[in-house]
Amino acid sequence: MSILTIDHLGIEIGHPLVHDLSLDLEPGRIQGLAGQSGSGKTLTSLAILGLLPRTARVSGSIHFGDRDLVGLTGRRLADIRGRHISMVFQDPSSSLHPQLTVGHQLTDHMRRHLGLGRRRAVERAVELLSQVKVPEPERALRRYPHQFSGGQRQRIAIAIAIACEPEVLLADEPTTALDVTVQAGILQLLRELVDERSLAVLLVTHDLGVMSAVADDIAVMRAGRIVERADRHTLFHSPRSDYTRTLLEALPGARHGGSDA
Amino acid sequence: MPETTRPAVLHAEDVSVVYPGRPPVVAVDGVSVTVHAGETVALVGESGSGKSSLGRALIGMEPVAGGTIEFDGRPVVPLGLRARAARDTAMQMVFQDPSTALNPRRPVGDQVRDGIRAAARRGVDVPDLPDLFGRVGLDPGSAGRRPREFSGGQQQRLVIARALAASPRLLIADEPISSLDASTQSSVADLMRRLVAEAGAGMLFISHDLSVVRRIADRVLVMYAGRIVEQGPTEQIWAAHRHPYTRALLGAIPVPDGEGRLPRAPSEEERATWREAAAFLD
Repeated sequence: MSILTIDHLGIEIGHPLVHDLSLDLEPGRIQGLAGQSGSGKTLTSLAILGLLPRTARVSGSIHFGDRDLVGLTGRRLADIRGRHISMVFQDPSSSLHPQLTVGHQLTDHMRRHLGLGRRRAVERAVELLSQVKVPEPERALRRYPHQFSGGQRQRIAIAIAIACEPEVLLADEPTTALDVTVQAGILQLLRELVDERSLAVLLVTHDLGVMSAVADDIAVMRAGRIVERADRHTLFHSPRSDYTRTLLEALPGARHGGSDA
Repeated sequence: MPETTRPAVLHAEDVSVVYPGRPPVVAVDGVSVTVHAGETVALVGESGSGKSSLGRALIGMEPVAGGTIEFDGRPVVPLGLRARAARDTAMQMVFQDPSTALNPRRPVGDQVRDGIRAAARRGVDVPDLPDLFGRVGLDPGSAGRRPREFSGGQQQRLVIARALAASPRLLIADEPISSLDASTQSSVADLMRRLVAEAGAGMLFISHDLSVVRRIADRVLVMYAGRIVEQGPTEQIWAAHRHPYTRALLGAIPVPDGEGRLPRAPSEEERATWREAAAFLD
């Protein structure tokens, strides 16, 4: 049972960049989207939230419930963005506003989308920060993004993304800017959120180690097309496309060299 | 082993870097580093551990609060506003983000030629432009184009070509591959190692990407909280590491085996013990 269905999606910005892409997201599962930079992974996730540049021409459909997100604009799109579908980006230092406190950024959309009063929104913000394991949540609300480490900033960005209890989370290279020790904590958090809240996640990453750790299903993109879709185990152990095989073989210390495992 | 047969190109002893503040931040705390000709030494550790500060100090871009740094047996002169002395152009640096390391308005060929001119001023053998482009896998015919016409991976190859053009004896690379995508990362890292070794230069490769480090480094220095906590030949670091931070670091790498295993995240309690644990520097 899918919550978000992408059907024959095509994206053109000047020239065709994504071709005939179909993908489903299911509650409680992480759908990975792998591929090199320029393969169309990020464009696909931006299309879901209507964040493509104005000059982009989009064809096909992206169904969320009975609504088609393709072509949705203005208020209708704003009611979905951040409320039902939210996003976490690669670099938390550019996705958070540097001059607004964490508390401000964490309560603003809750007050709008959920109609919470100020006090209730602050209470919920504290809950969220402790849920994503930011230490001293009350104090954290009064601080600014630069006063946190990269890993803490990404936890805050995740707290903002899940604040309105969305059904779908789009995570674009959410751990790529982080150290492996910090990444491990964020991946655990992501897995917990998916398991506990039945969140549907689209995880965009070029890192097949990260994919292997958390994705349930994986689609591999190349030059704007999905070349292979499979569950995680199948994809890593018996890939069908030559391209997937090439990617796996290019991994430093890949599955053939797992002597330290 | 290169340590015994080849001369040290870089020898730093007890280097400290301190940033002013209340209280001052000790970013690098008494670190000693040696890099020999032809050798790739990796410096690993998490952000905030002082890797970049150390790299910048070694090349003279960061004032040091203490210690000595020698390049080819002579002290490194801190970089000021003027162009550095011709001799010091034999030290080159490659940074993380190639888009800010290249001048967006100059043709890329001209920028690589800057390196060639630097080598010429030192009177060493000068590589030619088509050869340099070829060595980093780029078409010499593209020399007239501007940086924005190249992908991130190609831009980093241009930065590497410019550094190599100066016929360096020492290359310091600070996260040179982390802004590139996965398959490009390993190929660029392999390329750097090969070219540096061919040139008989030494390389200090600063990275948080441990799988790449394992592939290309002869020796590894592990840095935590401003200190080197462990160093040794690469295979020894992987197979027989001794410091708890090294263990946590290597244990946090997600293994691409399709098994859905979450890497272990170290707790705050563990972190607290790392600073106190004895270093393994033999």
